[in-house]
Amino acid sequence: MNLESVPSVPHATTVVALRFADGVVMAGDRRATEGHAIAHRAMEKVFPADRYSAVAIAGAAGFAVEMVRLFQVQLEHYEKVEGVTLSLEGKANQLAQMVRQHLPLAMQGLAVVPLFAGYDLRRGGGRIFTYDVTGGHYEEADFQATGSGGRDARNTVKLGFREGMSRTEAVELAIAALYEAADEDSGTGGPDLVRGIYPLVAVVTADGYTQAAESEVAERFAALIERKRAAIENGGGAAR
Amino acid sequence: MTMPFYVAPEQVMKDRAEYAQKGIARGRSLVATVYTEGVLIVADNPSRSLHKISEIYDRIAFAGVGKYNEYDQLRVAGVRHADTKGFAFSREDVDARSLANLYAQFLGNVFTHELKPLEVEILVAELGADGRPNQLYHIAYEGTITDQDRFAVLGGEAEIIAERVGEGWAPDRDLSAALRASVAALAGPERTLESGDLEVAVLSRANGRRSFRRVSNDEIESLLTAAPARSRRRPAGQQENSGASASTDAGGTGDPGEKG
Repeated sequence: MNLESVPSVPHATTVVALRFADGVVMAGDRRATEGHAIAHRAMEKVFPADRYSAVAIAGAAGFAVEMVRLFQVQLEHYEKVEGVTLSLEGKANQLAQMVRQHLPLAMQGLAVVPLFAGYDLRRGGGRIFTYDVTGGHYEEADFQATGSGGRDARNTVKLGFREGMSRTEAVELAIAALYEAADEDSGTGGPDLVRGIYPLVAVVTADGYTQAAESEVAERFAALIERKRAAIENGGGAAR
Repeated sequence: MTMPFYVAPEQVMKDRAEYAQKGIARGRSLVATVYTEGVLIVADNPSRSLHKISEIYDRIAFAGVGKYNEYDQLRVAGVRHADTKGFAFSREDVDARSLANLYAQFLGNVFTHELKPLEVEILVAELGADGRPNQLYHIAYEGTITDQDRFAVLGGEAEIIAERVGEGWAPDRDLSAALRASVAALAGPERTLESGDLEVAVLSRANGRRSFRRVSNDEIESLLTAAPARSRRRPAGQQENSGASASTDAGGTGDPGEKG
């Protein structure tokens, strides 16, 4: 078995999750690629796992979407049969088993690596879990990003993160992270101003999973781009 | 070698039916009725954790009376069937009719082939969508299936209760009115049912994809004590709930429409 052949990072995606005062924000770009070609411009990579959690995917799209579908069904099935929802930790473990089962295919280069986040009703607060191809899962303290642009996104969040952010600040930071990732990584799609396709931003709080309205995301991207443009006109280095 | 006694098949079936009916009659009854937002199911059930009513799928609910362990087994099988079907095909391909048929076949098989029939009566309710009406499938212990689009009553005293429900039934009642009428029908003239004695759930169009919602004790209380929103076209024979006249402005008449 040649471990060198296993890609350490699943390609062509950026998904990011970060904690804020009331829960977690999770965002993902919309680009799917086949080699160097763009396969799909409006792919969704952030999904509601159930009412209080979200799952984002990076890796082989077909397997990843199927894994999310099965995960959603399993959580709902458990809830209906048992009459109570799984704990957030329980959900994270369930997803880990599914990633672990996928390992043989991951060894052939078809890795699926999800990012899981949700609101823990028992503890009160947002929690984020990351995964590796072997099904290992680790809880993150504040934020995490994965995919080919994950590193750029993570650095952006790292610089802007502070404890107890508001929803607005957290959404803005996630959007900035995706912008920077798209700026540096060819596999990550930025805001598509021509077609009006914007990254998906999900917010999970004690009130449940909601998706930020496209108009809100569009406005924040427009403001960000405006700031960048102004910086360039002033000869500043912020946008370079 | 011993020879078994000959027993006429008619007698066998009669005995089994009697046995099942007795078992069901020991339990408490349940009413399901259509209202403006969807389907309301009300059970005479003081337990907060052992449910008679539960969710099967996005637009499908299950309710059972009789022996708890037996209908609970049927419920779990139904959830499994629906989830498997929805995953293999599409969520919209899961329908109550096919599920009800499956239940009917299973109950029929058990009734004829097993030593003991199941002492249950079950209901599969579906919220109508895209112009299709709401459906209530009532399946008896021997697999007899009937479909209703107004109301269904399950349990030992089904006939008397059904008569009471039928008297006051109207298609355009809101949740509060439908609940009050159903509770009055369940209780009958001699008894009063409090919110603590009831298990209430709805399949409501206001709830989004998963239309099933349990109605909490507090909400039952406020719905029951709410002043009758409309008095028009109230048939003369309708039972007046004893709680209905107690308070006139309790508030919370409508369905808060908790998001799903």
